[in-house]
Amino acid sequence: MGESTVSQVPINKIRRRWKVISHDYILRKFIRSLFIVWAAITATFVLIHMMPSNPIELYVNQLVMQQGITYEEAKDQAATLFSIDLKKPMSLQYIEFLQKVIKGDFGTSVLSPGTPVADIIKEYLPWTVFSIGTGLLISFTLGILLGMLAAYRRDTVVDQLLTLYASIFSAVPNYLVAIIILVLFGVQWGVMPIAKLRGVLSPGVKPALSWVFVKDALFHGSFPIIVIVLTWTASWLLIMRSSTWSTLEEDYVNVARAKGLTDGRIMTAYVGRNATLPLFARFALAIGLIVGGSVLIEQITQYRGVGYTLLQAVNRRDYSLMQGIFLILTFSVIFANFFADLLYGWIDPRIKVGNNK
Amino acid sequence: METITLSAPKHIWNSISNLIRSLWITLKLMTYNKVGFLGFLLVVALILFSTVGPYFVKLDTTVKVDQIYMTPSAQHWLGTDHQGRDVFSQIVHGGYEVLEVGLTAATIAVVIAVTFGVLAAFVGSWVDDTILAITDFIIAVPQFAFLTVLAAIIHINSMLLLAAILGLLNWPALLRTIRAQALSLKEREFVEAARALDLGTPHIIFREIVPNMMSYIVISFSLATTYAIYQQVGLILLGLVPFSGNNWGVMLSKAWVRGAIFYKGSFWYIMSPVIAIALLQLAIVTTNRSIEQVYNPRLRTDM
Repeated sequence: MGESTVSQVPINKIRRRWKVISHDYILRKFIRSLFIVWAAITATFVLIHMMPSNPIELYVNQLVMQQGITYEEAKDQAATLFSIDLKKPMSLQYIEFLQKVIKGDFGTSVLSPGTPVADIIKEYLPWTVFSIGTGLLISFTLGILLGMLAAYRRDTVVDQLLTLYASIFSAVPNYLVAIIILVLFGVQWGVMPIAKLRGVLSPGVKPALSWVFVKDALFHGSFPIIVIVLTWTASWLLIMRSSTWSTLEEDYVNVARAKGLTDGRIMTAYVGRNATLPLFARFALAIGLIVGGSVLIEQITQYRGVGYTLLQAVNRRDYSLMQGIFLILTFSVIFANFFADLLYGWIDPRIKVGNNK
Repeated sequence: METITLSAPKHIWNSISNLIRSLWITLKLMTYNKVGFLGFLLVVALILFSTVGPYFVKLDTTVKVDQIYMTPSAQHWLGTDHQGRDVFSQIVHGGYEVLEVGLTAATIAVVIAVTFGVLAAFVGSWVDDTILAITDFIIAVPQFAFLTVLAAIIHINSMLLLAAILGLLNWPALLRTIRAQALSLKEREFVEAARALDLGTPHIIFREIVPNMMSYIVISFSLATTYAIYQQVGLILLGLVPFSGNNWGVMLSKAWVRGAIFYKGSFWYIMSPVIAIALLQLAIVTTNRSIEQVYNPRLRTDM
């Protein structure tokens, strides 16, 4: 009797704690994000360090061949680049790798020795965040507004035109949209200053809190931003249109009408708020596609963000830079997802209570 | 013995006529959505164009320096490229590989998504949790960046390898829809009835659940095809997958690398593969509307 009560107390305590964790929406999402961060670091470690003919081995062999140094010396050099001690057992290497990545230490670039990968990322990442963030914000807002417009004006010319636009631009790959813009506006009609648009800032302009800088950054970012807005507004519009349709049929909208609420109030507080929920549910998928697609978009638009740098690192076989950028991009997606989950929970309080995903 | 041999042809004939009839009904249902049917016809046309076309149009790869970047004419329907070769014949020969990789990758992705999606929905508990955790993880990885890095580490030197990689990467989004659908079907009366009759899990899954998810599976397949075409052409465009063969992506990549995009006279050379890929993607996505028409009787009553 006495024994069982003693042993049951901690179990109950753990169970209660677990209940608190699994019922706290934000905490649950946070733990999930941490798990995915860990999984991403581990997967990268396996890919870069443990696969047969992995980059480190390739690099060591390359050093031995080119510089005629011994295998051990080459290994030492590689170790400093990838910030890993290759002599240690794999499990220790893994733990060390985890610690360093968490501290933000991604080793040094293979091609420009001495330059920390973290510094290179710090230089290019803000531009990608700027262009993707702006593009996403504009396309999300436009998609919601135009999607509602199409749904409210169902089967009119406005709806048909919007749907036609959305069907085309959500299906055609975004890099093809960029190429078409480039060929038509840039080359054939010559209304787009391609040469001036290259890069993230005009020569001579330094990052500062000035109108000149903001204007220049927007000018150079306009091409990738326009491509993201054109293609993603289309996707958000289609989802918003169909979710507004189904929301308009809900009982609570009829009740609101019967109560005599104004159309504006019904549109924002009743229909709009509920109809945007499927967009948030799709966000996790979208952000991964947009961030991954930045490699393509930044290459076509010659916008020197982190995606552009990743492709350069791949072409020059700068493995440590590649590894660092890939991890940072993955972390950005996970962070954006966590942020979207918080917003989702704020807009739809029901999901905070329920155990559904 | 005699009765069996006599009845066998009749039996086969019956099933063939049944098949033809159901195909006919399916086609008729697809025409209910005009735009969707147009997309479907375009998909069929593009598939025929890329599979049968090469037998009729010869590919001439000899370099003709005096015929560079010609505009469309009776002899060269879409003009010529940077080496004076006919663009139209390259378009005819370039679609097969794009479709091959797209369809193979989609098959792999859909098989994984259906198998594990239904499994997760049916078994539940830790199996469901594990499958969902892996799904969440793969969705969090920025796919195209991952493919870029992967192309640097392993040499993706064959179509089949590329298709396999794309297939293994593209299932998570499909799995989520399949799983959600299986979860809701699981609670329906007809599944409960099958369970009450003790028909067994395989029967319930393959005879009750999967046929009722057919629209989701077919739409997943067409979506997976578009993902794979997007990634495939993107990888080739960036020169990360070294293909020397004829492929719409290779045409684009060559135009990009040679800076032909910035040359006014190369308009037809660049726009041909761009339009071909864009049309294919658009046609596949539009077909989905007709597929919904076939499987969702509720949409039909509106017509």
